[in-house]
Amino acid sequence: MDSDLSPQDKKDLDKFIKFFALKTVQVIVQARLGEKICTRSSSSPTGSDWFNLAIKDIPEVSHEAKKALAGQLPGIGRSMCVEISLKTSEGDSMELETWCLEMNEKCDKDIKVSYTVYNRLSVLLKSLMAITRVTPAYKLSRKQGHDYVILYRIYFGEVQLSGLGEGFQTVRVGVVGTPVGTVTLSCAYRTNLAFMSSRQFDRSAPILGIIVDHFVDPPCSSQRPAVLGQPCNYRAPDEDDGGAFAGVQDSQEVCTTSFSTSPPSQMCSSRLSYQPGALPGAAEVHPTAANAAQVLHAGKEGGVGVVPCQPHGAETHLTGEPPLNTPGSSGDDEGLSRSAEERSVSPSDPVEYLNAFTRKVGAFVNKPSTQITAANLDLPFAAFAARGLDSEGSDPMVQPPESPPSQSPLQASLHSQGSEGSGPQDDFVMVDFRPAFSKDDLLPMDLGTFYREFQNPPQLTSLSLHISSQSMADDLDSLPEKLRVYEKNIDEFDAFVDMLQ
Amino acid sequence: MNCRSEVLEVTVEARQIDEAMLALLHTILLHRSTGKFHYKKEGTYSIGTVGTADSDCDFIDFTFVRVSSEELDRVIRKAVCEFKDGLNNSGSDGMGQISLEFYQKKKSRWPFSDECIPWEVWTIKVNVVNLANEQERQICREKVGEKLGEKVINVVEVINRNEYLPKMPTQSEVDNVFDTSLKDVQPYLYKITYQITDSLGTSVSTTMRRLIKDTLAL
Repeated sequence: MDSDLSPQDKKDLDKFIKFFALKTVQVIVQARLGEKICTRSSSSPTGSDWFNLAIKDIPEVSHEAKKALAGQLPGIGRSMCVEISLKTSEGDSMELETWCLEMNEKCDKDIKVSYTVYNRLSVLLKSLMAITRVTPAYKLSRKQGHDYVILYRIYFGEVQLSGLGEGFQTVRVGVVGTPVGTVTLSCAYRTNLAFMSSRQFDRSAPILGIIVDHFVDPPCSSQRPAVLGQPCNYRAPDEDDGGAFAGVQDSQEVCTTSFSTSPPSQMCSSRLSYQPGALPGAAEVHPTAANAAQVLHAGKEGGVGVVPCQPHGAETHLTGEPPLNTPGSSGDDEGLSRSAEERSVSPSDPVEYLNAFTRKVGAFVNKPSTQITAANLDLPFAAFAARGLDSEGSDPMVQPPESPPSQSPLQASLHSQGSEGSGPQDDFVMVDFRPAFSKDDLLPMDLGTFYREFQNPPQLTSLSLHISSQSMADDLDSLPEKLRVYEKNIDEFDAFVDMLQ
Repeated sequence: MNCRSEVLEVTVEARQIDEAMLALLHTILLHRSTGKFHYKKEGTYSIGTVGTADSDCDFIDFTFVRVSSEELDRVIRKAVCEFKDGLNNSGSDGMGQISLEFYQKKKSRWPFSDECIPWEVWTIKVNVVNLANEQERQICREKVGEKLGEKVINVVEVINRNEYLPKMPTQSEVDNVFDTSLKDVQPYLYKITYQITDSLGTSVSTTMRRLIKDTLAL
C-alpha cells in the first residue's frame, strides 16, 4: 500500500521508475541503430547519469517516449512497450520483437527505495544492454542499410504480441521488487523470419524510424509527414569529451548519485544531450551521398569489365558510355588503321592481311566489328603465325616501316567478314580477355594488347613462311652454280674421302 | 553464508577460446562492477559513472557488452591468454575450466592473515574441438555465437535473482569488498583461476594461477 511509503520515498520511486522507463527505451533503440555503442566511464559522478550508467539520450527518442507515457508511469495493467520492426525498401514490414516494461502487484515492502531499488534498476539496465545484443534482431540491425531499415514504436497500455508470428520466444531480462509492485522487463522476439507478404498493420501511431537512410535529407525538425513518422537522428559524432550541453531541460530531471543513510542530495546539473542533428548530421549525410554517387560513376566508367562478351553487347556498351570512353574506342580504330597501314600488304598473301589486323586481336578477344579475328581466315595455325609475324613486323630492325598503302578491296572484305561477329569458323570460343587492373582503352596500346603481343616469344626468322619461301627460291636459283663448283673440285673431295677410309 | 556457484559450459574451436571467455567474463563483470565510490563527510558517498562498450568478436558471430575500462580489459585479457596457453600447451584433449570468483576479505587479528570468503563463483568449462574444413568452421562460428547468447541469458537470469550481495561498505572497509585499484570503475573483489584437465579427466595442472586484486598492503 502506498501509505506505507514515506512521501519522499514515493516521490523518489516515481522518479526512478520514470527515468528507468526512459533509459530503457534509449538502450533498446540505441542497440538497434546498427552501430557499436561506446560510452566512457567517469570516476567522478556528473550528477546527470541516471543509475550510474553512461547512457546517452537521443532527444527524439526521449521525446517519443515521453509522448507515449503522457505523464503516466508504467503500472499494473499499464505496460510500456517498445516494438522493433523491419521495413524493406519495397515497403514490406515485419515485427521483430517487443520489449515490455510491466509492473505487477507483488510488492516488496521492506526494500529500501533510495538505495536497493536504485542499484537493482541499474543492474537491470546492464542486463538489458547485454540481452539487446543477443536477440536475433541485433544482427539484423547491424546489417541494415539500403535493403531494409529498423523502426521502433513506443506504446503504452496492453502488450500486443500478435505481430510476432507463430512460435515467438520470450526472454526475461529481470525483475526488481519495489514497495508498490514488481518491475518486470522482458522481450518477446520473432523466431520465424520468413517474410510475410506486404500488408499494412492497422496502427494508429506511425512507425518511427531509427536509422536515417544515408541518402535522404537529414531529419532535423518535427515537421515531417505523419505517414513516415519521424526517423530518429543519426547520432552526431561521438563527443566523449562532453559534447553539447543543452542545459537543464526540466528542473526536476536530476538524478541522485549520493547514497548513505542520510537523504540523497539534490544536485542541479546540466544534462548531456545531443544537439538536434541538423548540421552535424547533414554534414555526415551529404558527403556520404556524394561519395556513393562517385562510386557509382566510377563503377560505370570502369564498367567495361562487366560487359558480357558479345560483340553486340560490347558495341552497345561503348556507344552508351559517356564520352570518356570514346577516345578509347576511337583510339582502337586509329591503332587498327595504323597497323594496317604500316605493313606492305600484297593482296595475294592472306598471312600478310592477318598481320595487318591482328595487332589488336588475339585468340581471346572479342572486339567490336571493326576488328577481325584470326579464326575468320582459313589458315592452319593462322593465329600463331600471325602473332609472331605481327610482333616481328612491328620491329623496325627486322622490317623497316613501309609506306602506307591504300586500303585494298580484300581488306575491306575482311573487315566486313569480321563484322558478322562469329565468322565462318566456330571452332574457337571467343572469351573476353580482360586482364586484371586494366581499364579499357584510353591509349591505343592497352594492357590486354600488350599481353597478347608479347605473350609468346617472337617466331624464329628461319621458320617464318615468308623468308623460308624466299630462301627456298634462292636456294633453287643458286643450285646449278653450286653443282658446277663441286664438279670442279671433285678431285679434292675424292682425296678427302680416301683419307678417311 | 553459502557461496553461490554457477557453471557454464561451452564448446569452441581453438581460435575462439579468447573471445568466448572474454564475452562471458566481461558480461559477468559488467553486472558486478560499479562506478568509483567517493566518500564524503557525514557518511555519504557518491558513485561514479560506468560506461559500456560493444565488442564484436572476430571468430564468433557475437557481440558482447563490456565495461568501458581499458585497465580492466587488460587484466581479463591477460588471464584469458594464460588460460588459452595452458590449454594449448598442456597436451590434453582440450578440456579446461576458468573460474571467476567474487570474494570478500575478512580481517583477522594478528597472527592470522585475512580471510577470503567467496560469495559467488562462476565456472566456465571449455571443450576445445578441431575442425576439418572451412565450412565446418563457418557453421561453428554461428553455433558458438548462439550458444554464447544462451549463456549470456543464463548469466543475466542468475544475476537478476537478486540474491546475496555484500553490504555496501564504509570507507574503511571498501577494500574488503571492492577492487579499488582501477581508475575508472570498481568491480567487486574477484580472482580468476583456471584448471586444465587431461584426457583422464583429472586435474593435472599444478600451476594454478591466482590473480588477486589486492590494494591493501598488510
